[in-house]
Order: sequence, then C-alpha cells, then structure tokens
Amino acid sequence: MAAEVQAGRYRVLVADDEEGMRLAVERALRGFTVSIPETGEELGLDVVLVDSGEAAVEEIGRRTPDIVLLDHKMGGMSGLDVLSWLEERDLDLLAVMITAYASIETAISATRKGAYDFLPKPFTPGELRVSVRQAVTHLAAVRRSRELEEEKRRVRFQFISVLAHELKAPLGAIEGYLYVLQDRNAVSDPAVYDRIVDRCLVRLVGMRKLIYDLLDLTRLESGSRRRELSDCDVREAVTASLETMGPDAASRNVTLLREEPGEPVRLQADPSELGIILNNLVSNAVKYNREGGRVTVRLEDRPDQVVIAVSDTGIGMTPEELGRLFHEFTRIRNSKTKDILGSGLGLTILQKLASLYGGKVGVESVPDEGTTFTVTLMKPPVDAP
Amino acid sequence: MTDHGTKTAPGTVLIVDDDSDYLAQMEVQFAARGYRVLTADGRAAAEEILAATRPDLAILDLMMDNADDGFMLSWSLKKRYPDVPVVLVTAVTSETGYTFEGRTGASSWIRADRILSKPVRFEQILAAVEGLAGHGG
Repeated sequence: MAAEVQAGRYRVLVADDEEGMRLAVERALRGFTVSIPETGEELGLDVVLVDSGEAAVEEIGRRTPDIVLLDHKMGGMSGLDVLSWLEERDLDLLAVMITAYASIETAISATRKGAYDFLPKPFTPGELRVSVRQAVTHLAAVRRSRELEEEKRRVRFQFISVLAHELKAPLGAIEGYLYVLQDRNAVSDPAVYDRIVDRCLVRLVGMRKLIYDLLDLTRLESGSRRRELSDCDVREAVTASLETMGPDAASRNVTLLREEPGEPVRLQADPSELGIILNNLVSNAVKYNREGGRVTVRLEDRPDQVVIAVSDTGIGMTPEELGRLFHEFTRIRNSKTKDILGSGLGLTILQKLASLYGGKVGVESVPDEGTTFTVTLMKPPVDAP
Repeated sequence: MTDHGTKTAPGTVLIVDDDSDYLAQMEVQFAARGYRVLTADGRAAAEEILAATRPDLAILDLMMDNADDGFMLSWSLKKRYPDVPVVLVTAVTSETGYTFEGRTGASSWIRADRILSKPVRFEQILAAVEGLAGHGG
C-alpha cells in the first residue's frame, strides 16, 4: 500500500506529444514544492516526461506516479484513453487533464473517467502550479486519512484480539474444572471439591470485572457517560472506597491508612468518577501488596489541584515494568503476580478519568518495597473534549 | 485414592504449565487414575524435578509467555531421558492458526512425541498417553 510514496517527494508524470509543452511544464515545476500544513511536510516534485499515451501507460506500469498530467489530444492513445485504462486499475494516483479544446463535454467525460482536475491550454506557469498544488494537497490528505483509518483499524483489531484472549482464559479454566467435576471418580476428597468450586468462582468474578471495566471504558471513550458534577469533598470518596475495599484488605491482613487535611477537600467532580478512581487505586494497592502490608491514601489540597496518592508496601515494579504499565491489557506478569487477577484495563480507565479533570496519573515504584500511584485532578474541572 | 481396577500403577507423570488452574485440573485427573503426579509451573521448577526424578511420562505446555521454554524443556528432558514419552500441549494453534502437524519425531527440532492443541480434553491427553505407552514408549 502506497509503497511508491517516497519521503518528501511526489512523482509527476507528464504525457504530451508537443515537446515545447513538455519542456514548459518541466520548467514550471522545477524546484516547485508543495507544503502540507497538517504534517509539516514540504513535498518536492520529480517530473517524468513522456510523448504519448502509450508511453504514459508503460511508465505507469513500470512505476506508479503520484500525479499524471495528461494531454487530451495525442496521436494514438488519447488522454481519455489513458484515463479509461487507469479506470480499470485501482491505482493510488490523481490525473489532471490538459487540453486545448476546452469544451464542457471533454471536461465532463474526463471527470467521469476519474480525472481529478481539468487544465485548459494555454495556461501560465502559475496556473499549472495552482492545479498541481491542489492535486498534491488532495492526494496527500487522502493518503493521510487512509493511513489514520488503517492505524485505527489495526489498534481496534489488536484490542479485540487481546480482549478475546482475556475472556477465553477464564472460560477455559472454568470449563476444565467442570469436566473434572463431571468425571465422578476424579474428585473424592471434599477439600479438592471445595478448591475447584472456589477457583471457578474466582475466575467468574474476574471475568465479570473485566466486562464491567470494559463497559466503563467504552462509555468513557464514547463520551456517552453522563457526568454529574457537584461540589464534592474528596475525603468522603476516600471513606467510601476504604469501606468497599475493607473486606479484601482484611482478608490479606493489609492495613488501610489515610492522611488528609482536617477540613473538606473541595472539588467540582462527579462522585461516581471519584469512586472509580479511588476504588481502582486502593484495589490495586491491596492486590499487589504483601500479606500484612499497608496501604496509605494521602490527600493533598493545592490551590489549583487535588492530589490523591495511594502507596502500598507490595511487590513493586522494575523500571522496565513501569515502562509497559500504561498500555491496555498490560498486566505485569511475573512469578509474583501470577495468582493476582485483574482486567488489565484499570489504569487505562484511571488515565481516561484523570484526563476528564485535566489531570494525569503518575507512578513511582521500588521492586519489593512498594508502589505509589499519584492522580492529580485540576480545579476547576476541564471538560472532556 | 479411587480404585481403578486391577491394573498396575501407571507410574509418575510430570505436568508443566504456567496456568495454575490447568495444572490443578490435570493433577486431579491423573491422580484419580492412579498416577503419581509431579507438577511444575515453569521450566526452572521442572528442571529441578527432572534432576532428581525420572518421570514415566511428561505433559508440557509450550508456555509461550516465556518465549520458548516448553521447547527448551522438552529438548533437555529428551536429552536426559530419551525414552520418556513427551506430550506438548499448546494454545498456539488455536490462537494463531500455526500448526505443528508433522513436525514431531526423531528428525525434528521439536523433541516431543505428540503435540496437542489447547483447548484439549483430559480424555484426549489420556488417549495420546496410552497410545504412546502402547507403542512401547
């Protein structure tokens, strides 16, 4: 696809049976460049001259140019014939018709056959450049939007592949356990039976969490999530989150601590968004902690922003792991995390939410000592684009 | 232990997989059929077991999360114990469409007697294992 696009240069093929005209075109385009503001590119032109329709077709077959300037009236294959030939091929180029017999009929039939523009003879060098500039700019825009479209498709495909994999894994595990239970001879020990049922439930809960996270993320990305901003005290959101995460923390003997100002920490915010942010942070800090560890939620009220910092005393991450952390579905997989379940979408959601407040998510970590996630939320809130 | 008739004990099976659920399932099912089961969650743990014990059979996952650990493990296992049947199980085929058909055997760089594609039922593994044992192992 578009392999013929050379960095910074467009190839212009000129087909005209009058030598004087070919040389005039070449002279007019020599050293001429077209600037593309969107990409900051300055496109130079390489001009190739041929003296007939047949030669044009041969040259195009050899190497697809970007722009073709076609004389309408040539002996043998005419400009329109070349257009017809091009029409049958889906080539990534633009054709401009040049003709002395500027009639509306020729213009219409040329346009029907896919000519991008029509340049009546005689023309000044300036008129030629205007026409070529338009064609180059248009082609560059078409190619750019096609590239963006392809990139979007690729990212989407990758997201769905990984998502499918993440959904398949718990299903496979649960299915496997069910087959074990189906084999009535396999499990005679009640402890084994209990362990199997527990694992099935754990994998189910994990899968449901993934689906909920996915819905949260989809709503955030599509902007369809209705935000209800009100004057919040962020300390209340911390209280709610610590209550929610209390049982999980207790089951791992993790102590939940808070450090915050004595007076309300005010922010124009959507309480449910604050809830998702804090639950994400605290739940990660509990999950990736060690047995008997600590989680500290620290609130800071600055003139222009509220800072939420959640620290754990857990397994931490290496600089290399930190580098990969914020990619979708990147769950740091190592021997320390292999039994920890997560959707891999939590941090992506966190970032999206922080950006709704013009804020960001930061992280610092020391392996085997712990990690601190810091979310800054700007006040007054900046609306989503 | 469940009584599975009068057959002699089928021996020791080594199962290696980085998926702890899969490992647990295999363990329960092989144990129910009278096998002595050794499990490892990765190549390092498996090598440790192999240094001390010669299993009668090995079921290895390719563990593609860790590059080529499964291949390396089957290679070193076959080097140490050429007669121990090795069954490789992998999700590679179902996830990528890449097939290992015809790539096993003595002349192949893959040192496994059978390659099974995940998802795989325990019965399929058992059938493969019994087939290998039937051919003299």
